[in-house]
Amino acid sequence: MLIKPHTSAIPGKAASTDVPLSQLPPGTICTVTAISGGNELVSRLACMGFTPGIEVILLQNIGRGLLIARVRETRLALGRGEAEKILVRPINT
Amino acid sequence: MTLLTLANPAAELLPQPALVIALAGQPNVGKSTIFNDLTGETQYVSNWPGKTSEQKIGFVHSHGSPIQLVDLPGTYSLSANSADERVARDYLIRQQPDVVALIVNATALERNLYLLAELLALPVKIVIGLNMLDSAAQQGITIEPHVLEAALGLPVVPMTASKAQGVTALLDAAIRLAQDPSACEPTRPEIRADHRSVLEQIQHLISDHVPAPYPPSWAALKLLEGDREVTELLQAHLGEQWEPVHAILVQHDDAALAIASGRYEWIGRMLRVAVTQPRAGQLTLTDRIDRAATHPIWGILILLGILGLLFFLTYALGTPLQTWLDVQLVQGGGAWAVAQLSTAPPWLTGLLVHGIIAGVGTVLTLLPILLIFFASLSFLEDVGYMARAAYVMDRFMHLMGLHGKSFLPIFLGFGCNVPAVMGTRMIESPKARLTTILITPLVPCTARLAVIATLAPIFFGKQALWVSWGLIALNLVLLTGLGIGLHEGLMGGEHKAFIMEMPLYQIPRLRTIARSLWLRLVDFMKMAGTIILVVSVALWALSTFPGGSIQTSYLGMIGQKLEPFGRVMGLEWPMLVALLASFVRKENTIPTLAVLYGAGAQGAGLAVVLGSRLTQPAALAFLAVQMLFIPCLATLATIRQETHSWRWTLFSLGLLLVISLTAGVIIYQMGTLLGL
Repeated sequence: MLIKPHTSAIPGKAASTDVPLSQLPPGTICTVTAISGGNELVSRLACMGFTPGIEVILLQNIGRGLLIARVRETRLALGRGEAEKILVRPINT
Repeated sequence: MTLLTLANPAAELLPQPALVIALAGQPNVGKSTIFNDLTGETQYVSNWPGKTSEQKIGFVHSHGSPIQLVDLPGTYSLSANSADERVARDYLIRQQPDVVALIVNATALERNLYLLAELLALPVKIVIGLNMLDSAAQQGITIEPHVLEAALGLPVVPMTASKAQGVTALLDAAIRLAQDPSACEPTRPEIRADHRSVLEQIQHLISDHVPAPYPPSWAALKLLEGDREVTELLQAHLGEQWEPVHAILVQHDDAALAIASGRYEWIGRMLRVAVTQPRAGQLTLTDRIDRAATHPIWGILILLGILGLLFFLTYALGTPLQTWLDVQLVQGGGAWAVAQLSTAPPWLTGLLVHGIIAGVGTVLTLLPILLIFFASLSFLEDVGYMARAAYVMDRFMHLMGLHGKSFLPIFLGFGCNVPAVMGTRMIESPKARLTTILITPLVPCTARLAVIATLAPIFFGKQALWVSWGLIALNLVLLTGLGIGLHEGLMGGEHKAFIMEMPLYQIPRLRTIARSLWLRLVDFMKMAGTIILVVSVALWALSTFPGGSIQTSYLGMIGQKLEPFGRVMGLEWPMLVALLASFVRKENTIPTLAVLYGAGAQGAGLAVVLGSRLTQPAALAFLAVQMLFIPCLATLATIRQETHSWRWTLFSLGLLLVISLTAGVIIYQMGTLLGL
């Protein structure tokens, strides 16, 4: 099988349209497809609003350092490492 | 109430509450405004047993019976991801408050009710305070509290706490719920069908082994979520029977995300009818302001502008007021006391003038500067800018293993270390907060800079400016080094995942700011009336008895005894005494030196008697020790107040003593070796 299901925990090896949140330009609207990483990170991200299927707007990403994303009417500053573990699929607008 | 009980509320002196209400909520929901409003000055702060997280307790009287309010730490969930979350859930499970008042932010209800979904897994009675309805209305969000109440099966109280709306209603609703629990018949979130049978299986396996008072169903859920603390607890209690549970958990290690999704689905159902949102995805005013405020270049310029303004205010307003208070309170008060007590024994005049007025009075002269700093801090926090400042500075603070939130307190330290230590309250992580408190005294405050500005020209003439900059740089280098060291030591170098909420910008609410300003001032005055009073008097006694002058006092004798150690830094005993005297206030160094070296009344005399006394390495060593020396009394008292721990206060004292003296010895010995 060439295409793995997009719930894969390995960033970049998911379905071809899924990318880590950290790699997108600001202004992108996308849907979370998976969160990789341990239980603790999953639990912290989930209680702040990140769960599969939710829409995210990336507000700030200068390619290094922190990012800002809006999810469930909340603006969150995220470490780059954390944003790499959030796999998303951009929505065409 | 006497001062002693205010500072040290012993359990037996507190009224026996008829009812205990715990305030819960996520961060940025206006919980502390509600707590401050209800409890006012009756609140006191200590640490949760064995934890560095703060425990705030206060009292409110309703129909004559005292009600205890416990302010739980603001947490997004009840997992064991942070010390705060552990504290909150331990309290709910072990202490079992009569009612939990959950405060939710109406502008982000979906995420806020996540905490409710978690709370509902515990046997607690809940009333919801639906707060910030005014902000929600501004966002175009309409919420019908009655519809929400019917959907949730819980009392919902509409509130705008910043305008004092609904605060009493919340209290009344909580009391009613305690008396008549039938109002709390909540619908509870269910988990997905396939996980439900797994959950039942786990619960069946563990139910005989879950230690009281943990509810078995809750423990099973937390196991399935992969909660580390509950896993360790049950592993220890189950012994050999852990294996079958473990096998199930391994098979379902993806359950955490499914459970979280399930909670949000439940929340979605609860909100569907009650809430109307404007179309999602629109850029709001907050997003537009953030484009500049969090911009890599503009953001830093804006921050610098705000800090510039803050320091302008301090110097234009605070410093003149402080000087005025110094003249009125310390000098004027001293003169007045001398005149009034002309017939009293000299020791009494000395005690009053040089002990109490000089010590407590000096600390009180800090009030204008503290007021300006606290008002600005509360303002920036209330507007919502603080998180942006932290965001912008995060890159730089990371070098010290700290988050951006530590930047502002450290920066404030240049003005005065006292508000800097108090300002660390906005740092959520207790360990990061402790680290920031411990490194703050290395920030050279204006008092120390004033001493350097006076002494450096006496010792170094034209090179004084370079020496001063060098000394400031030395402080900052050591501060960074200590930050890195403490980060490794306290946090084991761990890098916690960084996720920080950026609250909506809002118009500052003067009531909230005034309230928090007032409570901080009360704290400060309590401190000046207790710990600072006692230590000031003790130090006065040490510098007066038995001889009557500082030369012949215990302090002088201690200085003379310490002279052999001073020699290692090239310092004579009067210099050591001057350093010790600087503990009450850093500026004391100069008058003490003047007295001990017998300078004339004019300031010029000091230059003449002092300039030739020290070799250049010794002078440099002296100035370095002065800059790095133990925190002043007010700072140390504040450290005690903020850490609620004598151990950490003494640690700070010892640490800075070691750092300053080591630096002094190294500078003197190296300088002498190099033949300066």
